[in-house]
Amino acid sequence: MSATKKRSPISTGSEWTFDLIEEYDREIGRVAKNFGLDTYPNQIEVITSEQMMDAYASIGMPLNYSHWSFGKQFVETEQNYKRGRMGLAYEIVINSNPCIAYLMEENTITMQALVIAHACYGHNSFFKGNYLFQTWTDASAIIDYLLFAKNYISQCEERYGVDEVESLLDSCHALMNYGVNRYKRPRPLTASEERERQMAREEYIQRHLNDLWNTIPRKEISPEEKVIHYPKEPEENLLYFIEKNAPLLEPWQREIIRIVRKIAQYFYPQKQTQVMNEGWATFWHYTLLHQLYDEGLVTDGFMMEFLHSHSSVIYQPPFDSPYFSGINPYTLGFHMMSDIRRICEKPTAEDREWFPDIAGSNWIETLDTAMRNYKDESFIMQYLSPRLMRELRLFAILDDAERPTLRVDAIHDEMGYRALREQLSAQYNLGNREPNIQVYNVNVRGDRSLTLRHYMHNHQPLGESTEEVLKHVHRLWGFDVLLESVTPDNKVSQAYHCPPKEISIELA
Amino acid sequence: MSYIIDRRLNAKKKSTVNRQRFLRRYKQHIKRAVEEAIHDRSISDIERGGEVTIPRRDISEPTFHHGKGGRNTRIYPGNKEFVTGDEFQRPEGGGGSGSGQGKASNQGEGEDNFTFTISQDEFLDFMFEDLELPYLVRKQLKDATSFETRRAGFSTSGSPEKLHIVRSLRAAHARRIALGGEERKEIRELRKQLWALEALPAAETSKEEMQALREKIAELDKKARRLPFIDDFDLRYNNLIRVPVPSSKAVMFCVMDVSGSMTQTIKDIAKRFFILLYLFLERNYKQIELVFVRHHTHAKEVDEQEFFYSRETGGTIVSSALQLTADIIDARYSPADWNIYVAQASDGDNWDGDSATCSDLLMKRILKKVQYFAYVEITTGPHQNLWYEYEQVHQAFPDEFAMQHIADAGEIYPVFRKLFEKRTEGAA
Repeated sequence: MSATKKRSPISTGSEWTFDLIEEYDREIGRVAKNFGLDTYPNQIEVITSEQMMDAYASIGMPLNYSHWSFGKQFVETEQNYKRGRMGLAYEIVINSNPCIAYLMEENTITMQALVIAHACYGHNSFFKGNYLFQTWTDASAIIDYLLFAKNYISQCEERYGVDEVESLLDSCHALMNYGVNRYKRPRPLTASEERERQMAREEYIQRHLNDLWNTIPRKEISPEEKVIHYPKEPEENLLYFIEKNAPLLEPWQREIIRIVRKIAQYFYPQKQTQVMNEGWATFWHYTLLHQLYDEGLVTDGFMMEFLHSHSSVIYQPPFDSPYFSGINPYTLGFHMMSDIRRICEKPTAEDREWFPDIAGSNWIETLDTAMRNYKDESFIMQYLSPRLMRELRLFAILDDAERPTLRVDAIHDEMGYRALREQLSAQYNLGNREPNIQVYNVNVRGDRSLTLRHYMHNHQPLGESTEEVLKHVHRLWGFDVLLESVTPDNKVSQAYHCPPKEISIELA
Repeated sequence: MSYIIDRRLNAKKKSTVNRQRFLRRYKQHIKRAVEEAIHDRSISDIERGGEVTIPRRDISEPTFHHGKGGRNTRIYPGNKEFVTGDEFQRPEGGGGSGSGQGKASNQGEGEDNFTFTISQDEFLDFMFEDLELPYLVRKQLKDATSFETRRAGFSTSGSPEKLHIVRSLRAAHARRIALGGEERKEIRELRKQLWALEALPAAETSKEEMQALREKIAELDKKARRLPFIDDFDLRYNNLIRVPVPSSKAVMFCVMDVSGSMTQTIKDIAKRFFILLYLFLERNYKQIELVFVRHHTHAKEVDEQEFFYSRETGGTIVSSALQLTADIIDARYSPADWNIYVAQASDGDNWDGDSATCSDLLMKRILKKVQYFAYVEITTGPHQNLWYEYEQVHQAFPDEFAMQHIADAGEIYPVFRKLFEKRTEGAA
């Protein structure tokens, strides 16, 4: 860091002012542009800690519909914050166009600059560039859509009662993770269009009988082909299926299901890119602020404070520490991004062997490609280097319920690299993390019961709140609901029934 | 290009609605927590907000997730000594796998419960929910002595400064239209005739006729103009009426036996009871005065500190306190101005010959003036003569006089609730 300092620092104290924020933003923006970061315009909002807690409570969005669970979230955050158990995040950033970022007024100017670099240029460019966000979300429409949703739901509350709407939302929230299309790309939503279509849908549904319950007799069916499957292919989006097919729902109820589904879909990319997104933003705040330091725009004191927060953000407690709670996405992401840069700039023989394509290439371009075209799962699979595995001292533990002991399956050595990388990548595969449950069949000609199937992964059974969720499914569907856990060889290992017919029988 | 916006002055409390919804949903839990808090808490901070703890499982939102079991590989950081192939026992309760979370919950209570604070107001709301002051309505109307003037429409009489000009002129206008109607109709008729004549070619006869018509019109016009522009009859005044305002002042008498048999524990229970009553009254009245009367063989009016903490010994004559209470009411708290509440706490001891005097005093001098007289007997032993005497009073004055028995501190709140339960058929 012995660059000649041509310019005087932007600030020397720790107090922030709007002028200073503006100047930092200008300088950071300039540097970011030189590094080729492409962003949405920024909307930087200064808020109080109380407002930050409000934002926390409504899943980080500036507005949302009312529901008790957000109240619970708020109460919990407030409690923890007041007791000093947790600090609030320094920032919240919203994937919208313009990209909204919140700065807390309690922060020092150093922290504000850090947040600007992290959120307004790091996350922002990720939102704009990553393929998942581009395909699945429409940044320019989300705020409008939330406004539409909030108003629609409060109208429903007025018309049909708070309790009625609340219990419906409870049921939808229970299935929120199953309200996304994993593979089909949905249409991006815009609010005005949404409103028109909602009216049209409502009318259509009222005018037409549901195809599913069409009772006009068709040709007589020979008894052999009696077993009709509806839907023909299993459906992974439970909320979608219920919205379209549940026999007893009113149009407004279908609309609310749709709202929850759309919001779930909006957040789906964030769940799949946590490591990359945080890693990218952390890598850039680190790089951008160092650049400012090299240019002499920030002081040594500024850097000390910045590095202190930076290193606490990327601290990874070891597995046996009381603070350990899984792998810190900031740590993994930041180190992987930095590692890619290192491989590009100073490749070792090992790197040349493992990453022949990128070793020695232009790091800015390589990182940009990585940011645009991967999600956590594939990013780790592609870029996790042996050297980083050694640095983080990763190891894999196999926990097999059929064996009395745990076993160390692989460690950071020549034999283990590939297995480790594969396992870590699989750990970020949402399909493995959440049970794979799909709509299997509706008994169209009989009691209208709905059968869901859980396709078991690694023999993992469902957790203890399954029965509770089924009650919610039952509330939405209106008729009996059956859930079967199926092993890969198509045997039903466990069945749940709601309303409970008999105590679920262990067949396995 | 970036926009920087200062949002600090924007609406805060965005989450209030959500918070209220949350409280509403978990009302039962909160109520239970409040009741427990009342039992356990020391007296001085009963009024503070409260901490409410709800078991996690009652509050969780269910989702589909993997349970324990199956084959699971996890990656951990920070390897120190492991090499591939090492095997070891599952750690108890830890990790994400292994033998479950049930054990963890027994050890670390804090982690498994959802704890939050409710404000003082919310606390008291829950505490006094479904309680009401007995017969408040009836008493208020009967005894109202202060008045307030309120506007009540318009009247045709009043003092000049209350004149309502717009209303008056409107009335005048209406009157003029009503009274002048006939004439004006006639004038219009005559004018029409006149115009018809004027339109015709001039002739002698028509000229005379026209002249006659003109005179008639002039005469009618004069008559119409004689109608006064404004008349006494038109005047309207703002009408103000006097409305009786229910008395919102209350006085609470705390009457306690401090004789030798009253231990500090019993006094403590009594104090809690008094505080509950005070808090409850405070929510219903703007202004409350407290009068502390303590007695052994003599009664004495004292301040709070002395009331609860000074030590006395001696015999017990309850009537002395009732006598003093009645005297104070007569001297300082006219029932017309004050809502009077009396709470008496005792261990039930009384000098044998005195109980009859007590009931006599109550029936003749006190119960007719007070809103409510609550007697709590704090004892673990059998009832003594005072209780039986009071039972008769209760039969004579079932509305004003209430009595309950408390054996230990845990019963204070239930007994309090019993005393002030909402009565469905109301105050007749």
